[in-house]
Amino acid sequence: MIASPISLAGIEKTYGGKPILRGLDAEVAAGEIFAILGPSGCGKTTALRLLDLLDAPDRGAILFDGTPCSVGSPEALTQRRRMAMVMQNPIVFRATVFDNVAYGLWLRAVPAEDIRGRVFAALDFVGLLDAAKQGAGELSGGEQQRVAFARAAVVNPEILLLDEFTANLDPFNVRILEEAIIRFRRETRCTVVIVTHNLFQAKRLADRVALLLDGRFVEIAAAETFCGRPSRPETRAFLSGEMAY
Amino acid sequence: MTDVSEILQIIGLSLLVSGTSTLIGSVIGVPLGVFVALRKFRGRTFVRTVAFTFYGFPPVLAGLLVFLLLSRGGPFGFLGFLFTPVGMILAQSVIVIPIVMGITISAMMTVEKRLHDTARALGANERQWRATALHDARIGVFTAVMVGFGRAISEVGTVLIVGGNIRGQTRVLTTAIVLETSQAHYVEATIFGVILFIIAFAVFAFLQRLQARGIV
Repeated sequence: MIASPISLAGIEKTYGGKPILRGLDAEVAAGEIFAILGPSGCGKTTALRLLDLLDAPDRGAILFDGTPCSVGSPEALTQRRRMAMVMQNPIVFRATVFDNVAYGLWLRAVPAEDIRGRVFAALDFVGLLDAAKQGAGELSGGEQQRVAFARAAVVNPEILLLDEFTANLDPFNVRILEEAIIRFRRETRCTVVIVTHNLFQAKRLADRVALLLDGRFVEIAAAETFCGRPSRPETRAFLSGEMAY
Repeated sequence: MTDVSEILQIIGLSLLVSGTSTLIGSVIGVPLGVFVALRKFRGRTFVRTVAFTFYGFPPVLAGLLVFLLLSRGGPFGFLGFLFTPVGMILAQSVIVIPIVMGITISAMMTVEKRLHDTARALGANERQWRATALHDARIGVFTAVMVGFGRAISEVGTVLIVGGNIRGQTRVLTTAIVLETSQAHYVEATIFGVILFIIAFAVFAFLQRLQARGIV
């Protein structure tokens, strides 16, 4: 039996005495797009940060390909370099667009002769080939987020983590980014975990959707089932907009 | 009266003392600032507070402190640095280090807040993260060095006490202005003031040019 690329087992996390995650359990299959849906403040971003080994859970284990990995362990950096994350707010380095996208390759000591081609391919992927020499800070918010996506995609991650990556963007940039994700997954077969509060986006992109409420996944189902025939009353309330939070 | 060769000697010494103390202040202050900003250790907040407090450290007090250390009866009196340019450089370094360190801390902490998670999420180890942060905060660090130089070149109390304003040996532009003013030589004092302003302007213009070209 092949182990899942990502398994969450009984993850708990408390911030400032307030429990955020109260026992997350999930298996993410290889090559799938797994969307975590939920209201603001329900712990979606916290879950993603734990997955990316940026923070450590208070209890529980995160397994990659069946092997537990904890923050601070010698394997953590290796595992983190198999992943890439795009944060909610586009954050770019004070450098050119080219240098921003090349960053992850430099960290991984990719030979200089390979970097140029890979960076230009990644920029082409998000439609920013002409912006390579521009200062990244001069771009619009949507363009900066596309740079952030290219910067993550260029390292060919086995796992791509996306945290509300189109929040506050205009429809044009949302469409470009969503198309880029679908194409990227198709071409690389990488596993994608998306955090969003946008039900329609989850439906458009995801193979499976999980609803996170009160620190737990209350329902995990195929996107079509989740949106069309949810089994849990909480999911129905969330989808219909009747849930107050 | 001061002749041209003496004016040139005063300008040269001013640049030497201020430039060297800025260099020393930067070599010590920047790494310290980076360390305090990026490393989590017990007492970090206290160290930061001390660094920021020393922003406002009275130069005269710094001069007195260095004077006592370098005076014949002081622990470093045997070095014979009192009333020499070396003593003046040491005294000015005491002023410059906390300024460079403090501004570097502020610049680095702003970058840390903004970029730390992004860099880690893209696979940076601790050493790579520190290099990334320093690169991203380079304008702030450069500003720290410029402010340090500005403080050094315009400083008078410290160099007066430690250098003694000895003609031909430890007289710099600021102490020359003080002397000429006290002797009612207002024209000479004004000339020295204008020279000081022009030098400061030229140095900052040069450094800004380097910054604009992306050299720093």
